[in-house]
Amino acid sequence: MDQLRHDTPWTALDALEAEAIFILREVAAETERAVVLFSGGKDSVCVLRLCEKAFRPQRIPFRLLHVDTGHNFSEVIDFRDRRARELGAELIVAEVEQAITDGLVRPHGPTESRNRAQIPVLLDALERLGAQAAIGGARRDEEKARAKERFFSFRDSFGQWEPRRQRPELWDLYNAGVHPGDQLRIFPLSNWTELDVWRYIRRERLELPSVYFAHERDVVWRDGQWLGVHAPVVVPKPGEETTRLRVRMRTVGDVTCTGCIPSEADDLSGVIAEVAAARTSERSGRADDRVNETSMEDRKREGYF
Amino acid sequence: MNARTTALAPRPTAGLRDDIELLRFATAGSVDDGKSTLIGRLLYDAKALFDDQLEDLARHADLARLTDGLRAEREQGITIDVAYRYFSTEARRFVIADCPGHRQYTRNAVTGFSQSDVAVLLVDARHGVVEQTRRHALLASRFGTERIVFCVNKMDLVDFGEDVFRRVERELAELARALELPPDAIDVLPVSALEGDQITSRSARLAWFDGPSLLERLETLPVRTEPASAAGRFAVQLTLRPEGDAARRRYAGKVVTGRLSVGDEVTVLPSGQRSTVVSIETFDGPQAVASAPRDVALRLADQIDVGRGDLIAVGAAPPLERRRDAIVCWMSENDARAPRALELKHLSRRIKCRLRHIAHHVDLDTFAPSEQEAPRLALNDLARVQLDLAAPLPIEGTTGAHPLARFILIDPQTRDTVAAGYFV
Repeated sequence: MDQLRHDTPWTALDALEAEAIFILREVAAETERAVVLFSGGKDSVCVLRLCEKAFRPQRIPFRLLHVDTGHNFSEVIDFRDRRARELGAELIVAEVEQAITDGLVRPHGPTESRNRAQIPVLLDALERLGAQAAIGGARRDEEKARAKERFFSFRDSFGQWEPRRQRPELWDLYNAGVHPGDQLRIFPLSNWTELDVWRYIRRERLELPSVYFAHERDVVWRDGQWLGVHAPVVVPKPGEETTRLRVRMRTVGDVTCTGCIPSEADDLSGVIAEVAAARTSERSGRADDRVNETSMEDRKREGYF
Repeated sequence: MNARTTALAPRPTAGLRDDIELLRFATAGSVDDGKSTLIGRLLYDAKALFDDQLEDLARHADLARLTDGLRAEREQGITIDVAYRYFSTEARRFVIADCPGHRQYTRNAVTGFSQSDVAVLLVDARHGVVEQTRRHALLASRFGTERIVFCVNKMDLVDFGEDVFRRVERELAELARALELPPDAIDVLPVSALEGDQITSRSARLAWFDGPSLLERLETLPVRTEPASAAGRFAVQLTLRPEGDAARRRYAGKVVTGRLSVGDEVTVLPSGQRSTVVSIETFDGPQAVASAPRDVALRLADQIDVGRGDLIAVGAAPPLERRRDAIVCWMSENDARAPRALELKHLSRRIKCRLRHIAHHVDLDTFAPSEQEAPRLALNDLARVQLDLAAPLPIEGTTGAHPLARFILIDPQTRDTVAAGYFV
């Protein structure tokens, strides 16, 4: 017989992992047709590993859902599809492009950020899948409006979040009961920080899309940040100049609003050292959050993640 | 900001190591005790702030702004809910549950304390123990843990005087006795959050105090809050059924107290069936032993009926109860009268229950049964009640610190959580 492991010391990552696994198992037991929102981004990569830890050797009891703006980095989309296949999970892609064709959303222009357009597409997909719960990798440390978010966040049948209507969460006694039509958003990484996510990725040896690591890219300086050139949606405007820089992405979203940061960090240790020493918050690279001080709060009220 | 605290160097090593522990603490104090300033000070001195936050601080010179939350709250000038903050030092990773201090927010204080290993309670050095101090200490020790760090704050306003501190310290010792807390569960520290004394380092102005700074104490307090000597208890969350391997069901769940080992004789509750632990499994491989609070999956030697909500107990099984007294904190804006049909969640088990009788309210200031009539439960009330349980529950412990004592109550109509409680 193999040497069995005894309890290892209980570290911060162990505590955060245990909290998340417990929550995922409660979601599986107390809700119907829950989905995991999987974009290929680093946070959702961690959520999928936590699902493996919660349910293996059984199959993961959730489908994966991605709201694809159509303006994504192709290497991220390739990674998304490959990871879903490896897990043997069903991946459903809800396309903003299709929603525009169908008239569900109406964009203001071809180069506009489609972040806001994700909201109706997400709500429509959840409704069609009959999902009572959508599990996401959002964290409380990302933004002020998230600091009071619950693990189990209640949304009405329009997907709206109302801070005063949230349920108290006592100990680890989670109450996931909802009325038909109402929905839950579940955030198992609520208590994680950006640094915890990176340390967990290193500890678990998780693969990530290459855009998270330093690489050469054509970029333009716009609205106080470097944007990757991505024809036809991000092209130099008159007066802007294309520069080739060594950069990496700190968060990965729609190409029209995901800023790159100049970086030499081409491996996990490099990224971790960089994140630990960072002097600006993670989402400061996201143009969508910088519109005004409360833009995240406003989008959340409308049903954004 | 005062001049002594303006120099900022990044701490590139903070949080880099994978072997640091996590400590969760809840902060609470009266409205003007300087709680927001204390948290701002900790984050600032621990260099957990980003440049945009520091710019804001430079503009407004107010540490309390760092913990302001939602626009809805800023507009009304109140804090409506528990807010969570994070920071790391080289020794530990911290989660702060920041509980608003208003009288009407007992509900939030209970929530914050229930999520924490330690309560950090602020006491104004000029005023000593006040009503709010007593209330928070009661709620922390009953719904959270017995471990409380009292920060006697605003020492700068009493000329850093030792006499003032010792007087407050005696009042707090008296309070701890009234709450029947073990003396070693309590720390009393003199601090000035505004000026940074004894927050992250020792202060020359408090040289007469030979104890640690607040951060030093938080870096060394024990993290685990489960009763160390408690018997092995495992709460089943769900049954895992690997495809093509139906005979090898595993029971996924959490070790809630004590520890389980391969080969342990166990009793499944409430059925009372007995079996033996064959294996303890995780995604990372099998284990010989699992201690609380680990999430694992068990296999048992016998094909017996086990499912969600069951408790797997090592050694002497806890008693099964159908009627028990409990202390509840009512958290709903809708009042309740007895009798009332409710749902109760204990571990991973949901059962029907009946609020049979409201014995009396608990006076939050004297901790004694309240003199007044107790016909109903209103928001933020603390009361002793009697509950009829539709199915027998295994109950152990006498405060919310014990996983087998605590529960939540759910309104079957609205499906909302309406109370937190513990069996007594």
